[in-house]
Amino acid sequence: MCLGVPGRIEEISENDDPLFVTGKVNFGGVLREVILAGIKDAKIGDWVIVHAGFALNKLKEDEASEVFEYLRQMSEFGQDELGDSEGISDRSE
Amino acid sequence: MKYVSEYRDKESALKYTGLIRKLVKGEWSIMEVCGGQTHSIVKYGIDQLLPDSVTLIHGPGCPVCVTPIELIDQAAEIAGLANVIFCSFGDMLRVPGSFTDLLGVKASGGDVRMVYSPVDAVRIAAANPDKEIVFFAVGFETTAPVTASAVLQAEHLGLSNFSLLVSHVLVPPAIKAVLSGEDCAVQGFLAAGHVCSVMGYTEYEPIAEKYGVPIVVTGFEPLDILEGIHMCLKQLEEGRADVENQYLRAVSRDGNRAAIEIMRSVFQITDRKWRGIGEIPDSGFSLRERFAGFDAGKRFEVSSHEVDEPEICISGEVLRGNKKPFECAAFGKECTPERPLGAPMVSSEGACAAYYRYRLARER
Repeated sequence: MCLGVPGRIEEISENDDPLFVTGKVNFGGVLREVILAGIKDAKIGDWVIVHAGFALNKLKEDEASEVFEYLRQMSEFGQDELGDSEGISDRSE
Repeated sequence: MKYVSEYRDKESALKYTGLIRKLVKGEWSIMEVCGGQTHSIVKYGIDQLLPDSVTLIHGPGCPVCVTPIELIDQAAEIAGLANVIFCSFGDMLRVPGSFTDLLGVKASGGDVRMVYSPVDAVRIAAANPDKEIVFFAVGFETTAPVTASAVLQAEHLGLSNFSLLVSHVLVPPAIKAVLSGEDCAVQGFLAAGHVCSVMGYTEYEPIAEKYGVPIVVTGFEPLDILEGIHMCLKQLEEGRADVENQYLRAVSRDGNRAAIEIMRSVFQITDRKWRGIGEIPDSGFSLRERFAGFDAGKRFEVSSHEVDEPEICISGEVLRGNKKPFECAAFGKECTPERPLGAPMVSSEGACAAYYRYRLARER
């Protein structure tokens, strides 16, 4: 139910009321109309995560490789240095 | 970047499982709250890649599964009325009520339609002014913003023939209910990434502190889940109980304020009954007074009655994480996705359906 699908904004419709702004989002070649009311300053080219026709949030490109970065760092630190992984343990923003 | 296929890389997944094996010293049980994660875990066999000392417990995070049977009955009653077009997400159509399911109503001539979004139901209402359009509004905090958006659109369009049967539920009270259970075995949680994409994760910080459990906000792709498990286990091994965020690309601590505002403008917090679990205080949304005109429960006269679940079905135990689907005598026999006894066998995200589809097929 909580499925979210990543897509790229291709068009933004003009609407004076921010509650009713929609756009066309490209999901791997398939275009769908999506409500963009939850996306502040939406721009063409932004990646968003979409659930039931509503964009939940922007996807942060600079965090996209984090899964691999964590893997690399953890592999480097190895199991013997657990708890000594500076800069990794505090990942809250 | 496609934000999907790269997170299914087999080589990285194997590296992660290697890291997890090296990390784990103790015996740990982690609950993934969200049914979407359960689905990924069972589909990709992530639980079977983990050391035997790590158990994944499947949580109650499937809104289809926890919608009370009484509400399914009310939905079927309303859907059967002449002049009603009843709209619902596809997963709800086959959830058994006490006398029928929504597909049964459709087979007997009711106008029941599957929609992708509540906004589709608003469009149907605008196109059919002489009909009553009812949307079955289930879902967690991920779905509440789009439901709220549909209500605001219906109001904006001045539609008087649109209403909702609301059964929205919230994740943090369910986590608290699980942790308060007498026989709770859960030592750490993977929190639901898309719920937190909307809500952020400040609500989880007092829970982690009070109950001493690590909570890791986690995404849905296999590598996300493996990283989330690693982060959670690392905390457990180190004796920490913090809220951490694995799903950085989609989640920030404060969530999406614009989406939260849309949701809060339409909904207020209310007590809700969860199928298989019981009443949980402040665990759901109902429409605010201003939108009471959109409440299908008030618009249609529906009967309210208490209903017992089929005795053989242990879906309550499965939803609370106390039992696995295999432990049910009816699993795969009397109860299959084609003829489900309990809701977790219906929804594609229900634990029983995931085990039936991926585990049983693999073992045959």
